[in-house]
Order: sequence, then structure tokens, then C-alpha cells
Amino acid sequence: MEDQVINKSTLETGEMVLNMGPQHPSTHGVLRLKIHTDGEIVSKIEPVIGYLHRCFEKHCENLSYEQIVPFTDRCDYLASMHMDHAFSISVEKLLDVELPERVEYIRVIIAELQRIASHLVALGTFGLDVGAITPFTWAIRDRERILDLFEALCGARLLYNYIWPGGVSHDLPPKFVERTLDFLDYFDPQIDEFNNLLSTNKIFIERTADVGVLPPEVGINFGVTGPSLRGSGVNFDLRKNEPYSIYDKFDFDVPLGEGTMGSVGDTWDRYYVRVLEMRESAKIIRQACAQLPDGDVHAAIPKKVRPAAGEVYGRYESARGDVGFYIISNGKNIPLRVKMRSPAFCNLSVLSEIAEGWMISDVIAILGSLDIVLGEIDR
Amino acid sequence: MTSIIDSLVKSFSSFNLDLVVLLPVITLIGGTVIFLIMAVNALIAVYFERKISAFMQDRLGPMEVGIFGFKGGKKFWGGIGQTLADAIKLLVKEDILPNNADKFLMILAPFIIFTGAFLTFIGLPFAQNVVISDFNIGIFYIVAMSSIGVIGVILAGWSSNNKWSLYGSMRAAAQIISYEIPIGLSLLLVVLVTGSLHLGDIVQWQADHRWFIFHSPFTFLAFFIYYISTIAETNRTPFDIPEAESELVAGWMTEYSGFRWALFFLSEYANMLIVSIVASIVFLGGWLSPMQMFNILPDSWLFLDGPVMGFFWIMFKAVVLIFIMMWFRWTFPRLRVDQLMYLCWKVFIPFALANLFFVSLWELIF
Amino acid sequence: MSFAEIIQFLETKATGKSSIIEGKEVILVSPANWTEISTLLKNEPELDFDYLMCISSYDKGDNKSYGAAYNFYSINKQHYLEVRVETEDGTAIPSVTSLWQTADWHEREAFDMMGIIFEGHPNLKRILLSEDWEGYPLRKDYKEPDYYHGMPVPKDKSYWD
Repeated sequence: MEDQVINKSTLETGEMVLNMGPQHPSTHGVLRLKIHTDGEIVSKIEPVIGYLHRCFEKHCENLSYEQIVPFTDRCDYLASMHMDHAFSISVEKLLDVELPERVEYIRVIIAELQRIASHLVALGTFGLDVGAITPFTWAIRDRERILDLFEALCGARLLYNYIWPGGVSHDLPPKFVERTLDFLDYFDPQIDEFNNLLSTNKIFIERTADVGVLPPEVGINFGVTGPSLRGSGVNFDLRKNEPYSIYDKFDFDVPLGEGTMGSVGDTWDRYYVRVLEMRESAKIIRQACAQLPDGDVHAAIPKKVRPAAGEVYGRYESARGDVGFYIISNGKNIPLRVKMRSPAFCNLSVLSEIAEGWMISDVIAILGSLDIVLGEIDR
Repeated sequence: MTSIIDSLVKSFSSFNLDLVVLLPVITLIGGTVIFLIMAVNALIAVYFERKISAFMQDRLGPMEVGIFGFKGGKKFWGGIGQTLADAIKLLVKEDILPNNADKFLMILAPFIIFTGAFLTFIGLPFAQNVVISDFNIGIFYIVAMSSIGVIGVILAGWSSNNKWSLYGSMRAAAQIISYEIPIGLSLLLVVLVTGSLHLGDIVQWQADHRWFIFHSPFTFLAFFIYYISTIAETNRTPFDIPEAESELVAGWMTEYSGFRWALFFLSEYANMLIVSIVASIVFLGGWLSPMQMFNILPDSWLFLDGPVMGFFWIMFKAVVLIFIMMWFRWTFPRLRVDQLMYLCWKVFIPFALANLFFVSLWELIF
Repeated sequence: MSFAEIIQFLETKATGKSSIIEGKEVILVSPANWTEISTLLKNEPELDFDYLMCISSYDKGDNKSYGAAYNFYSINKQHYLEVRVETEDGTAIPSVTSLWQTADWHEREAFDMMGIIFEGHPNLKRILLSEDWEGYPLRKDYKEPDYYHGMPVPKDKSYWD
């Protein structure tokens, strides 16, 4: 780099270009942020991505639809069930199958459990970025219980390959529903404990309230979705507005940011929306477990997934926002083109807009509140 | 108070050696004692930090490494030898100096910080009559010597030739220098009331009257200002912006490895011990037992007193204060730089100055 | 508004500028008319497509024409529209970055992967691949380079386990 050596000739008092490099404890993956700073105040941020590009879309052009599902897992590895589910519902629109009720209920239970797990990581690492180390260990401890449930279900802890087009790969093991309800009973007071430690902590509020305010119009214009947009007060949740699967049968609220600790749409709001969403997910899981019907989960899985020719854009609400799969099929069992619209891709692009004028510590806090996963951004 | 140096000189004078030979030997003994104190303190403090943080985070901490054959099994003290193992590992680690770094300054920086902590121990008493050198400017000497460390911090960040280290050391410089002012002002209160800088006199005053923290509401407030400012001095969370792990990798210590890094850590824990001992001497009665908190009991009722117990009491109070520092570290997020500075200049210093004024009024009236 | 109503509305405002693809609920727009149609989609209060969800680039298979599919949604009106703009290799599509900032990165990705040039884009650089990569990977006729900065790109993968 040009100005690596700090000696008298390069010691100007003007702008400094800082590289929050691909390796950094806080960038949630291999992300490079080129930060132009004046002292501590940031004047311009340029995210550079592509360090984790694994040619997901090119691979899809050589794999059959069932073979693509494990690849979608690895895009957003912290919410793999959501990726599987999103891909499956997109393919099912082309396949035009009738799914058994039990499959839909299982998928909803699993998706909401995955949402809780993903939010726990997001909140824990956000606390870590701001300096509080203990909430991270508590969040991970609770997440381990969910991962134990998933391990009993399909054998994997992180990348599941569970939700296939047409059904799911395994039926629920015995006592799964009891264990899930036990977990939820254990989990509800844990959220209160977490809030006591972090959310209502004065220092945390000072670090995050009024920082990085995302105005709703800017958010929509940049394509921000998910908890990041709901933190700005925009009531848009795909599960309510454009319900897919059987989400219209459940009764749950959509938490919005209200500016409780500062302005609407600041970092605290985005963080707290995730905390509230975990409670709502717990509500959904309880309702789904109570209504779970019997059935055969493998009944509708086709021998060969050969969707009709055509295009489809399937939308899904994952933990990070609005996942879209644009699939072009020509009638064969291998897709012609698969494009994945990842929510974190758009969420990250808004960073350059809302982080200007803040200090470096604030950039870290804002980045943490946007909750990005590089695997999904780079695919 | 007689100091160790004096008593050693007296006891060695029977050997009839020339003073020129005697003095270096005695200072060497004194120096080794200080170094041993710093090393043992680091060993124990790091182990306790890891265990305390582990229990707060619902995990167990070091459990495997035993010491000298004693393993402790599955009990919670399982990993007693962990710090010793880590220290040995750091000693044999490869010493990396980055290519474009300023090598001389990089080697010098840890020694400056270490020296600052080392020199402070000279004037720090551990019990009555147990002090390396009895300064009659006690507090002044301690505050002055602990200020040397900031030069090492700035040099460390600068010489690493790394923008992140530079950030860390600039923040550290601003923070450490700013927070010395509330420390000085709070200690000034005590000097005002006792009329002496000598630490032994301060404890004697507390033995005659009552512990300083209960002297007046203003010294009560001064204790908290002092304590929080020392947390900022020693770069502990919530004020650990200079070594903020999640932002600056390791701040000004990023480029250091092996034993030089161990020296930084040694000095950080030594600093924690120093400020805790000073807090317990000046505000909490030093080597006086809790029986003498208010000086209402007749002398014959006092027990748990005396020179040996004095050491126990000072260390007990210091350990409680260190435990609270560790507790803070694992509970609170960290403050941003400007919030830190705001706290110092707009909250602590006005309060400390007001304290000074009111305590002098108190002294006049009562 | 349903698809038919949207098409009717567009026809009244900009006749002949867009066409429906046979049998699908998709509008096809040529690059020349795209600026006008996109401004209509964004600014007309009846359409109010404020949320551009995704820009997918696709290869039509004849080695010279490519297209970009735009998926729009309106958060207030809750209606959806898909628009396709197809172009020949070398002809640029007007960029919609000034209307929807989402397009900034999505168009860079379309350029990076498929080689579609977007005219008027403030910063049309490669986004996922490194700046000096040659070729557009998602094209059907893409051949991997033999060497990249001196590192050989393996062609025979049979010895990979």
C-alpha cells in the first residue's frame, strides 16, 4: 500500500484511508471496508465484497434441483433452514405440487426455530462488537439447545439440507415436540435476562441510541428489508403482507421500531426489533406445535424434480430480510438460471449512506445492527 | 514507618561492609521482591480473571493444566497451572518485529510501561513498616510514577507502523492523561484533611478518627470518582477503547508478540493492583481491620489487628476492588471515545473540584 | 392493481413503449424506452413501485443477447411487477440507479457476471470478482482463463477427490 510507512513526508493531517480489512474481528466475515476518516469521524465508507464468492449461481446451472439445496444452505450459513425453505417454495411454484399439511407445519416450526437461532447469533455478536462479551456467551449457550434439536432432527448442526422441494427429508423424531416446548419454556425468561444485561444497559443505550438512523424512504430505496427496515417503523413483513406456506393461520405481531430510546430507525431499534421477533417466533412455534397434524412427509416429494418451463420469483422472509429466488427453467431437471436475491446484499449497501459522519466505533455498531452474513452477500 | 531498605541496611551493617557495596545489594534485593510481587500478582490475577469471567458466562474456564502434580480433578479450581503454562509459552514464543516498524522504539515501549509500574511499587506500603522505601511525599510519588506509563503506550502505538495501533495509542494517550486529573483531585481531598502526603500518616489519621470513606459525604463521592477514574487509567472495560478488541484488533498492542506482550499484560495487572492498594490505603483504612471503621470501640476490644493481619487486610480490600473491576469488565459494553472524554471533563472534574471546595468548608466547620 | 390494470395504465401513459411477453405476466421493454418506463413506474402515484427487489441477468442462449429481469413491488399498494429488458452484446441498458439505489450494486453484479453494460451508472466496476478478471462467468459460452496472475486454473478435475 502506498502510505504504509508513517514518516515525516507522509504525515499529513488530512484524510486517512483506513482499511478495515478482510480479516477483522468485527466485520462478520470477510468484508473489507475502505474508510476515509478525518481523525475519528468517517467521511466516506466503501464496502468491498467478493472475498467469499463461491460461484453459487454458476454451480446451479450444472446441478439438479435436489442437488442445489445443500448449496443454498451454504449461502446464509447462520439461517440455512431459511435458505432451503426459500428455494423449495420457489421450485414448488413451478412444480405445482400439493404439500401435505404436516409438511407445512413442520417447515414453519423449523423456520421459526431457525429464526430464533439466527437472531441469537446476531444479538450476541452485536454485543461483542460494542464491547459486552458476556451476552455473547449466553446467546450461544441458548442457541446450542436449538442446534441440539436440529441435530436430533436431521443429524446436522449448521448446514441441514433438510427442506426439499416437495417435502422435508426426515419426519420429526419422537418427543421432538415435547423437547421444543421445553426449550421454549426455558427460553422465555432468558430473553428477560438478556434484556437486563444488555438492552437496558445505560452504556449500551448511549452507544446505540440515535446512532446510524435509517430513514424509511432511504431504506426502501436501497432495498433494505427485514428487521433492519422494521426498525425504521415500516410495517412490512412478508409473512403477513404476502403470506406463503401456512403463515396466515398463525396469530403473531410484527414488532416495529418506535424510537423508544432515541430516534426511530436508530441502531437500538434495529437491535430491539430482533429481540422482540424472537418472542413472536416462540409464539408461532407454540401454536404450530399445538396444531400439528399427522401425515406422511415424503408423500409429495417427486422422484425427479422436473418443474414446468417458465420463470418464477419466489419470495421468503428469512432472518435477515427478503430472500428471493429467480429461477428460469426450461423443463429439464437442471435449471437454466438461478439468481438469489440476498437480503444482506442490499442491507450492506445502505451502510455507506447511514454511516457517514459517525465515528469508527459507531461504524462497527451500525454494521453489527444490520446483521450481515458474507456467505449470503457473495454467494 | 520504617522501610524495608532501612531495616535491611541496619541488619546488614553488622557485616561491616562498605556502603558502596551494601547499597546495590540491598536495592537488588528490593528490586527482586518487587519483580516477584508483580509476577505473582499477574499469575494469580490472570487466573482469577479467567475463572471469574468463565463463571459469569456460564462456562468453566481453564480446567486442564495442573501445577507441580496437583491437578484438582474436576473441581472448579482445575486449571491452576494455566497461567504458569501460558507464561512459559510466551517466553519461548518467536519475537516478531514488523519490517517497517521503528525497532528501537518498539523494543523500548514495553520497558517504559514496566518501569512505570515498577517504580510505583517502591513507595507502596503493604502493611505497617512494610514498604520498600518510606517517602514522605508518598501519594505524590505514586501518582507521578504511574504517569510514566503513558509514554510507553504512545511509543508502542507509533512504532508499530500500523494505523490501527496508532488509533489505539492516540485514544489511550488522551484517555490516560485526562483521567489523571480526577484521580489527583480526589486524592487531594485526603491530603487536605490529613495535612500530609505520607501514606503512613494518612492511615494513622484513619486509625485516630474514622475511615476516609465515611469522613464526609464528599469523600464518599470522591472515592467513587477515584475508583472509576482508575478503571479508566488502567484501560479496563468500560473504558478499554484503546485496546478495544472488536474494533482495533488489539489496539496499540497489536503488533507485539511473545514476551514483550507479556510485559504489557504484567504492567496492566500491576497497575490494577497499585490503584486498588492506593484506594484501600487512602479511603478504606489501609491495614486497619474493619473493627476500626469508626473508631468507636475501645482499643482493648480490637482484634484481628497487628502487623501480620495488617497485610491481610490491605490485600483483602485490594482484592475486593480488583474483583469489582473484573466484574465490570464482563458486564458492561464499552464507551465510545467522545463519551469517555465527556465523562471525564464534564462530569468528573467539575464534581471533583466541587468536592474539594466543600470538603474544605467541612473541615472549617467540623 | 392486478397485472392487467398495470399494463393498461402504462399503455395510457406511454403507449407502445412496452409489450407483454406471450403467456406470462411479464412486461418486455427495449433499452431505448427503459428510462421513460422506469421513471413512470417509480413516480406515478398509482403505480408507486418504490421497492426494486432484484435485478437478475440472464443469457438467452444464442451467444449474443442477454437480458435483465427487474422485479418490482410496491410497499404501499402491495402489487408486483416483473419487467424484462433485453439487449444485444455491446448495447447498453440505461441504469436506474438514480431512481432506486438498490440498482447500484445489482447492476454492478449483472455487469460483473453477465457483461451487460449499464449506461449512466456512477461506478460500474466489478463487485464480486476482482477488478482485473477477464470474461463474464455466467455467460453460457464462458471459458475459464488458463492462468490468473501466474496461478494455473485447473481444467482437468478428475484427480480431485
